[in-house]
Amino acid sequence: MLRSLSQRTWNWLDERLNLDELIAHAKEKTVPIHKHTLWYYLGGMTAFLFFVQVVTGILLLLYYRPSSDNAFESVQFIMTEVHFGWLVRSVHSWGANLMIAAAFAHMFSVYFLRAYRKPRELTWVTGILFLFIALTFGFSGYLLPWNELSFFATKVGTEIAGVIPLVGHFLKRFLRGGEDVTGATLTRFFGWHVAMLPAAAAMLLMAHLFMVQRLGMSSPEESTDGADNPSHGKTMLFFPNFLLRDLVGWLIALGILGALAAIYPWELGVKADPFASAPANIKPEWYFVFMFQTLKILPAKILFMDGEVLGILAFGLAGLVGLLVPFLDTQSGPNRTSLIFTVLGVVALVYMVAMTVIAYI
Amino acid sequence: MEVVSKRTDRRSFLNYLLGTGIGAAVVSFFYPVIKFLIPPRIAEAPTSSVVAAKVGEVAPNTGKVFRFGSKPGILINGPDGSLRAYSATCTHLDCIVQYRPDMQNIWCACHNGRYDLNGLNIAGPPPRPLEVYDVRTRSGEIVVSKKGG
Ligand code: FES
Repeated sequence: MLRSLSQRTWNWLDERLNLDELIAHAKEKTVPIHKHTLWYYLGGMTAFLFFVQVVTGILLLLYYRPSSDNAFESVQFIMTEVHFGWLVRSVHSWGANLMIAAAFAHMFSVYFLRAYRKPRELTWVTGILFLFIALTFGFSGYLLPWNELSFFATKVGTEIAGVIPLVGHFLKRFLRGGEDVTGATLTRFFGWHVAMLPAAAAMLLMAHLFMVQRLGMSSPEESTDGADNPSHGKTMLFFPNFLLRDLVGWLIALGILGALAAIYPWELGVKADPFASAPANIKPEWYFVFMFQTLKILPAKILFMDGEVLGILAFGLAGLVGLLVPFLDTQSGPNRTSLIFTVLGVVALVYMVAMTVIAYI
Repeated sequence: MEVVSKRTDRRSFLNYLLGTGIGAAVVSFFYPVIKFLIPPRIAEAPTSSVVAAKVGEVAPNTGKVFRFGSKPGILINGPDGSLRAYSATCTHLDCIVQYRPDMQNIWCACHNGRYDLNGLNIAGPPPRPLEVYDVRTRSGEIVVSKKGG
């Protein structure tokens, strides 16, 4: 009965939308199997965690109030009064961290497998832009509870934009919604966090997924002329084999998220006071810590420049190189990698890990 | 020949009109949006002096952050019992500094910057000294004002 009903519904839709053709197409999709196949799951994992963020974010919107007088109290209310509010907020905070971790892991695995080679340059570019957006999400979301730590993190973060030569002052005012970090900054960050960034992220994600669908999975041995060589190596069907494995991964991720949220509920801290000293042991979120530690170590003056200006420009340049890697690395081909870019990648990874570790010990 | 070139002339002229028209329309759509994004400047009466604390409120070898207009200032009662005041905004990246009795220095928690009791940057990343304010006591109140103000 139920079966025939669903069959009839399907037929009805198929008659109009020609769905069987799509299914036939999906059935052809395969995923290469080799010793690096495990890395293929990271992209899907990032997308899944993004989805978790969207759902929990929409839930939080029902109670959150974006003003300097109410923000802290409303998050407190979510944590203490709203049924499962602690769970939703903690999953949102932990999910953000896991998503960024997954995105970084995805990026580095794609980088070292040289999956950005022709014809996937634009897939890489959209991926990196998505990572930048994810970091902006993290930065803007961090301020929303309006606590002491986030207040100073935002002061420092926006001041960093302010020291960029020429455009700095303008950029800082634009980010802060005025000269200082105030309630105006909070409202601005809120607007980006819940409207502009989600729209941008959704568009990038769609472009990214479209290209992944269009080009199929990259395999390390593949030729770069864009031609498929299905005769090459073992593969598995995307649908259902790979997708089911994906699902298992997502289920595990959800389990980990729930456990983290229950065992380590995200702290709220102390309400921000714009006229109190910065608290000792202040630190940004872990994914900004390598930059934070660099700023701490850089001397006040390097040659004729302020140390932090040099540091910030260097990070900006590194980000730009990262974005344009597929166009800069013309050496990598099938079974051939360029030494310079391997070294660059290793140096970047080691630098980030080392600086982060130094900051925490 | 004549006719053709006249026709292309007219066509390119029309294209030109259309192009500039669309261009002007786009600009007139985006100009207000861009302007909207930039926060308006809020005129603020410049503060030249405030009451930072009551006499005796700040014990020797401690400090207090106070409100100087829209910016934070810091009042320090030195180990020798002398009162000093500075801007509390770190010259590095805008954090608010504090007095550290154990170091007898001004310390910024954000990147471990340090200033001495003359406001001079002596360690860590801060590139410039803190602005120093004048301190006076007047009928039981400690009044802080901008230098020369
Ligand atoms: S903001 Fe004070 S040391 Fe960096």
